[in-house]
Amino acid sequence: MRGQEAREQAERKAAMATLAQSSGDDIVRLWNEAGLPAEAELLRGPETGLVTLRGRIGGGGAPFNVGEATVTRATVRVPSGQVGHCYALGRDWQKAKLAAIADALWQDPARRAQVEAGLIAPLRSALSSAQEKRRAETAATKVDFFTMVRGED
Amino acid sequence: MYVAVKGGEAAIANAHSLLADRRRGDRSVPALRLDQIVEQLALGVDRVMSEGSLYDRELAALAIVQARGDMIEAIFLVRAYRTTLPRFGYTKPIDTGAMLVERRVSATYKDLPGGQLLGPTFDYTHRLLDPELAAGADVAEPLRREAEAQAMPRVSAILAREGLIEPDGEMPGDHVPGDITREPLEFPMARDIRLQALSRGDEGFLLALGYSTQRGYARNHPFVGEIRIGEVELELDVPELPFAVPLGTVRVTECQMVNQFKGSAKAPPQFTRGYGLVFGQSERKAMAMALCDRALRASELGEDIVAAAQDEEFVISHSDNVQATGFVEHLKLPHYVDFQAELDLVRRMRAEYEARENLPKAQEEREAAE
Repeated sequence: MRGQEAREQAERKAAMATLAQSSGDDIVRLWNEAGLPAEAELLRGPETGLVTLRGRIGGGGAPFNVGEATVTRATVRVPSGQVGHCYALGRDWQKAKLAAIADALWQDPARRAQVEAGLIAPLRSALSSAQEKRRAETAATKVDFFTMVRGED
Repeated sequence: MYVAVKGGEAAIANAHSLLADRRRGDRSVPALRLDQIVEQLALGVDRVMSEGSLYDRELAALAIVQARGDMIEAIFLVRAYRTTLPRFGYTKPIDTGAMLVERRVSATYKDLPGGQLLGPTFDYTHRLLDPELAAGADVAEPLRREAEAQAMPRVSAILAREGLIEPDGEMPGDHVPGDITREPLEFPMARDIRLQALSRGDEGFLLALGYSTQRGYARNHPFVGEIRIGEVELELDVPELPFAVPLGTVRVTECQMVNQFKGSAKAPPQFTRGYGLVFGQSERKAMAMALCDRALRASELGEDIVAAAQDEEFVISHSDNVQATGFVEHLKLPHYVDFQAELDLVRRMRAEYEARENLPKAQEEREAAE
């Protein structure tokens, strides 16, 4: 794979990850603020199904099945022709549809910057500050060991 | 002769509307919202997700309220719901080493990379009921401290460097992970299938079995190498995309149990391991699972099977509380015909018994009269 293509795939995947982790409410709000077009032909879904989560024995060994999770997926085609997909945990159909449209628009060179700046960037920054907050709250519970020295020496 | 009996339709309908009324309770008390359950009874939600084997907080919360707080009933509801959905596939194995850690403790190393992070734990609380909570007092924001950007390797990796611990459990190269939701249980079973069954197993049952190993029934000297709780990312391979699609994050609890092992003809003396991985924040369950996983490896490690916790068929066949409750609770459903048959049988046996008993007595009486 050429470097350009690999980079583009990594960026698309990162945008999809951001959409999947964000709440439907946040996506709708930013969608409206950014004035993104919601027009699209639904090719599949939105539909809810299951994925089976896998872990690894001992953390890094052979895979095993842990249990299921609900996932909602959607596939859309936007008027400019791009086909977008979404798979996200949960049962939020509106979120899945908008995230699939966002994925399609992201693939349109004329729209990518708008999707990144108006939707993905603010979502990513909200997610990252929530993560930072959680890390800092956890860090405050870190044990600082100290030793008690007794005697003269 | 068998005569089919119908009836009870009105009684059942009325019982269910009575159930709905009692579930709602006093109408002057506000009805619970699902988000209140998700936020404030989070560990109950986690248990229902774990044993219902379905990661979905809102559904677990709905199940809890629909079941009036009866956890096994809620788990049953979730299991039933699962069967209505198509399956999109198996995720890529999660990487607990890359977890956004919310709690991480080790009982084997004081100083370890990343440190001991207590997180939101009940440990070290005094277990005193809090009247302020009853009065609905405001709760302060938690303190924050700058987080060090330090990797948090699993403790097992630290011990592995010295070669004193067995590696993470491997399966033969061509092994496809078994799935108890697709194939019936068969014994003996591979470790991966056991772990799937244990992960959805009843917390109380696994806790009691784990406890039994500590009390001497299959003793194997456990230490908590590490417990970590936090969020991990999920990815799924799908045909329509050239890369694994990210699905979002789930919270899981992982327990690495480290156990003594004196070695065998094949293996040098080293630490062995038990592993626990469950949905949500459920460290008691993850620990119990790890204890049971280790105990169930008895035959693999050449240990004598002397206790219940080591008996794979016993443990795995009885760990599922939906199956268990189904079979136990079915006893209360009408067994009128079965019981009539038994009653008839006992009556006949009794008549035969009495005839036999009375025969010598009758003879005696006759002889005495003569």
